[in-house]
Amino acid sequence: MSMQAHIEAQLAELAPLYLAVENESHQHSKGTDSHFKITLVSEVFAGLLPVKRHQKVYALLAQALNSGVHALALHLYTPEEWQARQQERPDSPGCYGGGH
Amino acid sequence: MSTTLETIQEQIQANPVLLYMKGTPQLPQCGFSAQAVQAVMACGERFAYVNILEHPDIRAELPKYANWPTFPQLWISGELVGGCDIITELAQQGELEPMIKAAVAA
Repeated sequence: MSMQAHIEAQLAELAPLYLAVENESHQHSKGTDSHFKITLVSEVFAGLLPVKRHQKVYALLAQALNSGVHALALHLYTPEEWQARQQERPDSPGCYGGGH
Repeated sequence: MSTTLETIQEQIQANPVLLYMKGTPQLPQCGFSAQAVQAVMACGERFAYVNILEHPDIRAELPKYANWPTFPQLWISGELVGGCDIITELAQQGELEPMIKAAVAA
């Protein structure tokens, strides 16, 4: 299974109404399965501060993070917030290749 | 000699605004750290930072303590606020500056 497919399968647990896993590794210098951007819309985020939402996702992706995924950009919304944003998510910054 | 975990806890308690990052505010070593530190600096208050590239022990221990796997990490008043995405979103919504100012004034 590719890393992208693994991430998508793990995140199914959050019952996403919308899920996009984008492989942004080509923008970076760390290999082909290193940088991902995840946009996920789910009811489970309702009433949770951003930090708690991210921790839910990190918990599901612990294995991916231990096997070469270097950066995860997470954009996590409730259905209401997603509507209010008109279904747009921000761009990720570039990685400078430092840190290893 | 204190353990790494004790060092982390002391840093988080002693500094109302604390950014764990790759590199320094003047010379960030990662785009995510650069974007985060820019947002924090824009708030105009003094803040502490730890360059985790120079502290591999903290780099290894903090993700477990924080339940947060990546860097940067912004801690305000002893609480993890989040990483680059959250910091950027708070800044865009105008919420980061009052949070930081309140923490520094406390």
